[in-house]
Amino acid sequence: MAIDAATVRKVARLARIATPEERLEPLAQELNGIMTWIEQLAEVDTDGCEPLTSVVAAGLPLREDAVTMGGDPASVTRNAPKSINNFFVVPKVVE
Amino acid sequence: MSLTNLTLKAAVDGLAAGEFTSVELTKAHIEAIEAARGLNAYILETPEQALDMAAKSDARRAAGQAGPLEGAPLGVKDLFCTEGVRTTACSKILENFVPTYESTVTSQLWRDGAVMLGKLNLDQFAMGSSNETSYFGPVTNPWRAQGSTKALTPGGSSGGSAAAVAADLCLGATATDTGGSIRQPAAFTGTVGIKPTYGRCSRWGVVAFASSLDQAGPIAKTVEDAALLLTSMSGHDPKDSTSLDIPVPDFTQFVGKSVKGLKIGIPKEYRVDNMPAEIEKLWQDGIAWLKEAGCEIVDISLPHTKYALPAYYIVAPAEASSNLARYDGMRYGLREEGANLTEIYENTRAAGFGDEVKRRILIGTYVLSAGYYDAYYLKALKVRRRIAEDFDNAWTQCDAILTPTAPSAAFGLGENSNDPIAMYLNDVFTVTTNLAGLPGLSLPAGLDANGLPLGLQIIGKPLDEATVFSVAGAVEKAAGFKAKAEKWW
Repeated sequence: MAIDAATVRKVARLARIATPEERLEPLAQELNGIMTWIEQLAEVDTDGCEPLTSVVAAGLPLREDAVTMGGDPASVTRNAPKSINNFFVVPKVVE
Repeated sequence: MSLTNLTLKAAVDGLAAGEFTSVELTKAHIEAIEAARGLNAYILETPEQALDMAAKSDARRAAGQAGPLEGAPLGVKDLFCTEGVRTTACSKILENFVPTYESTVTSQLWRDGAVMLGKLNLDQFAMGSSNETSYFGPVTNPWRAQGSTKALTPGGSSGGSAAAVAADLCLGATATDTGGSIRQPAAFTGTVGIKPTYGRCSRWGVVAFASSLDQAGPIAKTVEDAALLLTSMSGHDPKDSTSLDIPVPDFTQFVGKSVKGLKIGIPKEYRVDNMPAEIEKLWQDGIAWLKEAGCEIVDISLPHTKYALPAYYIVAPAEASSNLARYDGMRYGLREEGANLTEIYENTRAAGFGDEVKRRILIGTYVLSAGYYDAYYLKALKVRRRIAEDFDNAWTQCDAILTPTAPSAAFGLGENSNDPIAMYLNDVFTVTTNLAGLPGLSLPAGLDANGLPLGLQIIGKPLDEATVFSVAGAVEKAAGFKAKAEKWW
């Protein structure tokens, strides 16, 4: 199997999703089912093929480096789980 | 005839003629919504705001300032941020999120005079094909098989939008389509839905799923109504760097236009195993109708079609895993407790996301992780190029393409929910246009033996919604589809 419980544990850690030990094996099986189905892409000849990242042909537009929206901290912090005086209150990140 | 049975066009005309007011029209819809709560189409009703908007609309009309959608009550998929009105993406993580801004698409509808009735149910973060991944529970399709009371899915992800339009709970609705989320629900509910060319509608203020594929579009009762809504929703927006800076025609002028001489491509690869004979039959009917209308039918080949879904299930989860990284419990949304910062992130996201969303984030994280990026993600982007090239080749032979919209009629709630791949296959005919960025429209064209609606899809060249609307108008006229779900709710 390409994806085992250890791989799921690693990927779930990378994705920052807490995953209980007993869910690792069932998830590995589910993801394997999907990835096995996806493997058929190997049949497609893509030699010399440029990856298609955007269907919009034009380049990215540029604009003046100026504030267009902003200056409204109350609005920005309106949905924060915790905020004081228009600041986000976050857990301690430096030990 | 009750006011809620009107098409959007008829309602706008009736308002202009003074036959009724927006307040009367809006009240009729509010009553219909209250009586239809069993369908679970609306997850948030905003009747006071609706009546306020309607009264202001009536005042504007009295002052001679009526917009193209003046006074028309609409529903909004709960993926569009609405200022001061809770927007959840039908997730727990955004259960209490109240945007302080309005999405560009909805702001344009209000600019043109429309009235908001409320927010419509969807699959969580638009990930699903049956509306069953919604944190607020599934929507029930207003359609039932003849002689049956079994609850059917309205499709997904825009299941609330499609069900609300089908049950006359709004005159039209906004929706979004990343792999088929406008067109498959439209097909399952006997409504019309169009995903325009990528870049036609601004994505600003729409909760992101897979940004290179996501497009907004309307679900409506008729092709003309869809054209009316798309005209209002489209247009350049400097706040979305992928929004196209090109003029938007009045799409309604193309509905009813002659399709004589147009070449319609029929792709041989759009036949899948176990596809009901009725869908094949409907497709043949569509071909005959367009021939009758003067089109030339051309057999074409889109050889990479079968690889579109597997490529999509790398590209879309990869983009989703990146987009949904923003839900960290710090600046908005749910925050769960934990012993340290990493645990807080992990607990927040474990509690806030549903199973399908987690599954896709895990796939996306896996295919983007060291050692797998080239084998999966880069490979999928190359296959995506092959799929786009298939269409480029087709356009040398034809002006538009006719296909079925979905490989089945609406299925029972719960029938496919334990088999992710069976669920993903719902989008087999729609996902190609997302990968290639093309416009695709689904319209109802017939009923199956159980009396359930079936849809046909018209795919157009990039930016050629005009031809899509003309062909759809011709099919609509020939099909004469008038059936409605019989009211049981």
